[in-house]
Amino acid sequence: MLTKKLVTAGVAAAIAAGAIGVAQAEEGQFIPALTYRTGPFAPGGIPTANGYVDYFHLINERDGGVNGVKFIVEECEYGYKTDRGVECYDRLKDKHGGATAVSPYSTGTTYALIDKATADKIPILSMGYGRTSAADGRVFPYVFNFPATYWSQATAVIQYIANEMGGLEALKGQRFAFIFLDHPYGKEPIPTFDILAEKFGFTYDKYPVPFATGTEQKSVWLQIRRTKPAYIIMWGWGVMNATAVKEAANIKFDMSKFIGNWWSASEQDVLPAGDGAIGYKGATFNGAGTGYKIFEDMEGMSGLSDDGDRGTVLYNRGMVNAAYVVEAVRLAQEKYGKGKRVTGEQVRWAFENLDLNAEDIEGLGLTGLMPTTKVTCLNHEGTNPAILIQQWNGKAWEIITDWIPAMTDVVRPLIEQDAAQYAKDNNITPRTCS
Amino acid sequence: METLYLIFIDPFVQMVVEPAFLVEVLIGGLTSGVMYSLVALGFVLIFKASGIFNFAQGIFVLFAALNFVGLMDLGVHPILAFVITIGIMTALAFVVDRLVLRPLVNQDPIILFMATIGIAFFLEGFGETLWGGDVRPVRVGIPDEALFWEAGFGEILVQSADLFAGVIAAFLVTTLALFFHFTPVGRALRAVADDHQAALSVGIPLNNIWVIVWAVAGFVALAAGIMWGAKLGVQFALSTIALKALPVLILGGFTSIPGAIIGGLIVGAGEKVFENYWGVPLLEGATEDWFAYIVAMIFLFFRPQGLFGEKIIERV
Repeated sequence: MLTKKLVTAGVAAAIAAGAIGVAQAEEGQFIPALTYRTGPFAPGGIPTANGYVDYFHLINERDGGVNGVKFIVEECEYGYKTDRGVECYDRLKDKHGGATAVSPYSTGTTYALIDKATADKIPILSMGYGRTSAADGRVFPYVFNFPATYWSQATAVIQYIANEMGGLEALKGQRFAFIFLDHPYGKEPIPTFDILAEKFGFTYDKYPVPFATGTEQKSVWLQIRRTKPAYIIMWGWGVMNATAVKEAANIKFDMSKFIGNWWSASEQDVLPAGDGAIGYKGATFNGAGTGYKIFEDMEGMSGLSDDGDRGTVLYNRGMVNAAYVVEAVRLAQEKYGKGKRVTGEQVRWAFENLDLNAEDIEGLGLTGLMPTTKVTCLNHEGTNPAILIQQWNGKAWEIITDWIPAMTDVVRPLIEQDAAQYAKDNNITPRTCS
Repeated sequence: METLYLIFIDPFVQMVVEPAFLVEVLIGGLTSGVMYSLVALGFVLIFKASGIFNFAQGIFVLFAALNFVGLMDLGVHPILAFVITIGIMTALAFVVDRLVLRPLVNQDPIILFMATIGIAFFLEGFGETLWGGDVRPVRVGIPDEALFWEAGFGEILVQSADLFAGVIAAFLVTTLALFFHFTPVGRALRAVADDHQAALSVGIPLNNIWVIVWAVAGFVALAAGIMWGAKLGVQFALSTIALKALPVLILGGFTSIPGAIIGGLIVGAGEKVFENYWGVPLLEGATEDWFAYIVAMIFLFFRPQGLFGEKIIERV
């Protein structure tokens, strides 16, 4: 009898504890973190995931969350594989009362999630990746790609090259090389380069690098040695980048004429090549290093990831991504109720009305780490897309330019054209942004 | 018409007009082929001795290199790290024999093959848990410089690391050939490969032989891992690259060490020539991912045992 009572009491206690656990969990703001800490793309995936997760931890520990609402972060490993990324999304989207926002860190997965997330009313923040034409908020209300898209980045890189060569007119007759991961991500800027090539009179050779390994590049570099391009632009990810930088150094290519996009210019991409990587350049939209106020708050804090990659380009980018989500939650709370958990739909509204000026960013301790950002219903890319160019000096990345604005006069019509086509193909009636 | 020109005329015109580029492509291909051969050697060793197609051999390459470079990163001297890694690979061979092969003795080859797939998944996860997922450069003094050779018809680029890999591969093949022909253990291995039951009947201990051959395959994997790692850094893509050994084996034959070498050279040179002269102009490149598998498939139609493999004769 006593045993039966003890068992009953135990079961009741367990159920009660479980119920409290659920209740507490549902009070939190749930962040599904789609990460890839394993496989060929882990070198980029690990620091990005660490920065992303650590920032939420910092907000929970330092500020007690946003107005008392703490973040609950749950990771799902998907190895940068689109099908597994979608599976992770499905597995996590309804947990802890529903996802706040999702950042897949993969253009392929972002493409695959656009329809699903829109139906689920969960905003996607594909920060500097994903479908470029999602910048048209009339057609893609749940997808955001601020602070700049791939197409904007492509135009800004060409603008930088033009600046170096003495103006846009100097591009005429030049031959460039474009090395890219043979994947939706790598192919994304090609339509823009085609238009720029026609507009400014340059040519460029396309060199896809097989996705399976990212390291089969021997032929690419033999071709480059043969064609002697004036500049090389790279859209790489994972181990592809380090291999390319090493191969470029091996053929004695002038590294100052080799420019990676913002996913091809982190410490992991240059360190394996040693001194050969000195001079390599890359685009970026966030600062590197730990010389920012926010890192002082992280000193000595327990529960953060190993500090080995803190301050690296990708770690800091993960933090910036999380900071956008946190600020969107804060804005959503201001509209829908302070101290209350907000829904994905409400966070979507907040993303669309996000306006972070220099003063706001200073208040967050992120000056120099993240760009000012203003998003609108019409423009999910943000109103001032631009890039910085950084250069590897053998020890650290140095920012060597001021903000280089994108050629929005070229990019925006392309975005609207592609979005309109998507709307037509998918029977979507674009909403009105007034 | 233009397509026909690009297929049948233009590549050969380019080869004649720019012989230096053709030589570079061939050298690049042959040196890549040597690296594939290094991996394929491990497959052949195990298949010859036990009839098992060890799907985990690619992961062996990665696992061995990870341990080697991981130990070095902990401050262990490279030579000591090399010795310890050989010890780890031997221990792994012992564990594989005891936990996987022995319980499955007399099972169909497909069951053993499936078991090696399991080993591959386990080792991939275990290696990543132990040493993390970052790219780790291998700095053991392997020369990694571009050598420019002024031939009469143009300047030719050769990577010193590639030449070094060729020397290592030649050394390994010679050593293994001597080992198989002139040592008692080598002869026992060949006897087991020829006929398990006959080998047992003359007193060759089958289990010990299996441990030895898996350990030798582990050693070859370490050599391949270090060479690949010196070129590309030790990274998880190595296990995928190592699968390129499959078409190499189909070409060369699963039971022939010279076949593994020649198959590797054919695949390496073939895929680079195809990519540069046909792949880029006609198919927008990135053909190296699949070219070798297509060649292997065509080979399977006409010579399923490979160039040097033993012809399979089944009598009714």
